[in-house]
Amino acid sequence: MTIKLEIDGKPVEVDNGATVMEAASKLGTFVPHFCYHKKLSIAANCRMCLVQVEKAPKPLPACATPATEGMKVWTQSAPAVAAQKGVMEFLLINHPLDCPICDQGGECQLQDLAVGYGGSCSRYEEEKRVVVNKNLGPLISTDMTRCIHCTRCVRFGQEIAGVMELGMAGRGEHSEILTFVGRTVDSELSGNMIDLCPVGALTSKPFRYSARTWELARRKSVSPHDGLGSSLVMQVKQERVMRVVPLENEAVNECWLSDRDRFAYEGLNTEDRLTRPMVCKDGAWVDVDWPEALEAVARGLRDTVARHGPASLAALLSPTLTLEELHLATKLARGLGSDNVDHHFRALDSRARFAGAPWLGMPVAELGRQQAVLLVGSTIRKEQPLIAQRLRQGARKGLAVSVVHVADDDLLMPVAHRIVARPSGLVAALASVAVALAESTGRPLEGEVAAALAGFAATDEARAVAKSLSGRERSAVLVGHYAQQHPEFAALAAIAREIARLAGATFGVLAQNANSVGAKLVGAHPLAGGLDTRGMLAHPPKAWVVAGFEPERDAALAPAAIAALGQAEFVVALTAWRCWAPEYAHVILPIAPSAETAGTFVNMEGRVQSFHAVTKPRGDTRPGWKVLRMLGSMLGLEGFDADTVEAVRAAIAPDLPAWARAGLSNDAAAVAFQVSAPGAGLERVAEWPVYGTDPQVRRAPSLQKTADAKAAARARMNAATAIAAGLALGERVRVTQGGGEAVLEVAIDPALPDGCVRVARGIAGTVSLGEGPLALAKVDTEAAA
Amino acid sequence: MWNRARDILSSLLLTELLKGLALTGRFMFARKVTVFFPEEKTPQSARFRGLHALRRYPNGEERCIACKLCEAVCPALAITIESELRQDGTRRTTRYDIDLTKCIFCGFCEESCPVDSIVETRILEYHGEARGDLYYTKPVLLAIGDRYEAQIAADRAEDARYR
Repeated sequence: MTIKLEIDGKPVEVDNGATVMEAASKLGTFVPHFCYHKKLSIAANCRMCLVQVEKAPKPLPACATPATEGMKVWTQSAPAVAAQKGVMEFLLINHPLDCPICDQGGECQLQDLAVGYGGSCSRYEEEKRVVVNKNLGPLISTDMTRCIHCTRCVRFGQEIAGVMELGMAGRGEHSEILTFVGRTVDSELSGNMIDLCPVGALTSKPFRYSARTWELARRKSVSPHDGLGSSLVMQVKQERVMRVVPLENEAVNECWLSDRDRFAYEGLNTEDRLTRPMVCKDGAWVDVDWPEALEAVARGLRDTVARHGPASLAALLSPTLTLEELHLATKLARGLGSDNVDHHFRALDSRARFAGAPWLGMPVAELGRQQAVLLVGSTIRKEQPLIAQRLRQGARKGLAVSVVHVADDDLLMPVAHRIVARPSGLVAALASVAVALAESTGRPLEGEVAAALAGFAATDEARAVAKSLSGRERSAVLVGHYAQQHPEFAALAAIAREIARLAGATFGVLAQNANSVGAKLVGAHPLAGGLDTRGMLAHPPKAWVVAGFEPERDAALAPAAIAALGQAEFVVALTAWRCWAPEYAHVILPIAPSAETAGTFVNMEGRVQSFHAVTKPRGDTRPGWKVLRMLGSMLGLEGFDADTVEAVRAAIAPDLPAWARAGLSNDAAAVAFQVSAPGAGLERVAEWPVYGTDPQVRRAPSLQKTADAKAAARARMNAATAIAAGLALGERVRVTQGGGEAVLEVAIDPALPDGCVRVARGIAGTVSLGEGPLALAKVDTEAAA
Repeated sequence: MWNRARDILSSLLLTELLKGLALTGRFMFARKVTVFFPEEKTPQSARFRGLHALRRYPNGEERCIACKLCEAVCPALAITIESELRQDGTRRTTRYDIDLTKCIFCGFCEESCPVDSIVETRILEYHGEARGDLYYTKPVLLAIGDRYEAQIAADRAEDARYR
């Protein structure tokens, strides 16, 4: 049903229930406002949007007034403007006139509207109010005196981030925005409060005082940090990315951005960026120019292949590389006759072979519209903050979220059912759901799952999950990053697929990296019986091409990866950062990170997103596709003559979106597996922490100061496990696993099941840890001293 | 015929010469206007727009807060500023350069400054001998400000009533 009304004499038709503000924006009429935001609930506390309405004795707030049939509204009439000017005068009473030192200056809603509605001088001569600044953590800096109490940040926390970390205390003159005593803002979406704040009360801490908005060039890009591929605007000054803000894209990231996407740009400007190609000559690293470095690589690869045969070459390619780079790198390896190409270096289970590129199974925008979702093995808030946000919006409207995971993490949304299992019991927990679903639907399990689950009984918890999932019109089973890194991923995927089939749900895989889907599509994995990562580490080849990959941090089996690279005859590392490459490589080629090169990412829904470089490559760095193209030509391989990135793209497929759509598939060949009983000893819950997912994020100093990053550096376990191991909060513990050890601080995390210790991968302290059972030993600091 | 006779008469009596000498004689006794620069100087307005300076507060703190309005308003793009968060939490410049070869001395920088930090002084006798000499950096501009603060302050005070 629609309503017809008139705004400033122009007729407009809106849906029943729409507000005057929405009707005005539909007409393109701007009504000044501060507290109104289309994605947040209506507060109507700034009063800036007062408009004149026919037959209303006083001006009404446009954001909170429902449109009614035949309503006549004036937004620019004398009474409306007088009301707006009056409000502006009140807002400016306590606002400090510190625009010259305010980071919001030039992009401030209050500043802009004060030009239109503010007086040229103030009538207020009394003392202005001063509010003490708050410490909100390493990402947001505060100037609370500037706050106009629009409560957008508070509503964002409650509604979008799911946790109320800021609130308004006090009344009238004494009201102020506060955190809970002693707390900081630790949400993984907190950076959005900076965008939402219409004044300069909340600003970006890493960006603080470093540039002015009018100095910055705005260049569109795509986030390289997770499988969502959020649309970004990188703001650049003198070929340096100064900050990152979201680009509104309703289909992908709406108007939000995770902190990882927002603050990871700092990693582009770090000291350990490589700027010159380097060659190891007689044990010493020498800076060389590009022709010499490429010649050394071509010679090294050619010689090793000639000596040991084509199978002695391996390529480990990061799924954070662009599609063009992955295409050329795989072509290079295959051109030299080797099929040992892989990008799944986070996977511990190589049995799971998908028919195509595993994807979400539906568009991202559909997630919030589901009626039931089962999350399998996913620390969703940290893995995919914005996917978690979409599910949260759905959950607020009745989406039943169920979780089968190894930790009872707080998802900050209503969770219908959860099953928490030890890592070794995750398959059994999921199997139980499948059996329960077969019972309740009366349809039998099929294929290898039926064989593996024969005689398996369902638990009550599993029946509850099965019940919430079945009989829905739109439901989904989503496999998270943790499940994909699980040693039994093939079994988890098979059971999850079976659950989806029985429940009539969509089976989806949450892609781990920006280009995980793309890497699979271009064939950056063994296609003709070549070795995958596990195979390469077990039977190390002699020559390696390692691109965008830090074996010590990125590989699931870091010690094995370091050992395998260490014994190689020739390793060429294509990387933007120095890291440990000098330890194992023979030639290091600095390639540009995604902000400095043109390329394409394919996100988890199969959306092909091409982007341009936002800055010039730093120093002598070159875009990866150019380096690989030159290398291919120098090796005399076919098909390495593209001059532009567009030509490389066209060589992949003339119509990339159609090619990507055709390549997506969550089907997989049957894998025989057994459901084993959960182990009894100590187990490690090993994940890549939210700020340890890729080389650039790991080098962003502000992100590494967050509570999430600090928590990841600790050994987390529940109180019972700690007591059993004779440990207490804050003590130091020596964690031993698979021949490696790490000394970490103990933290108590009640979300973990008994006998499980959460020790992150991808952080400096835990590199040497391998696979297998875990042992904890208290470190006596006094004795050591 | 008559004209001829007049010409002869005037040349014999040297009237042209006497006219010229009269003019010379008149100026000999008139008030002198020539200024013997650099020993003598012409009077300057308090609003004179000469060499730039960066000022400090009486406690020695630099005035500039790196708002970059002067950089934004400069029609000749002569000003370059870089800013940072200083240790004490204030907003300060790390770089404040004026390229005097670009500057057109319009005075907009001074007018836009919210803290009266960048000012144009009365100094006009400055020069450079090498290419980069007229590229003035923050320490130089601050030194000029320190040296001429008394004059700068007096000039601003005099002009204050018209602002």
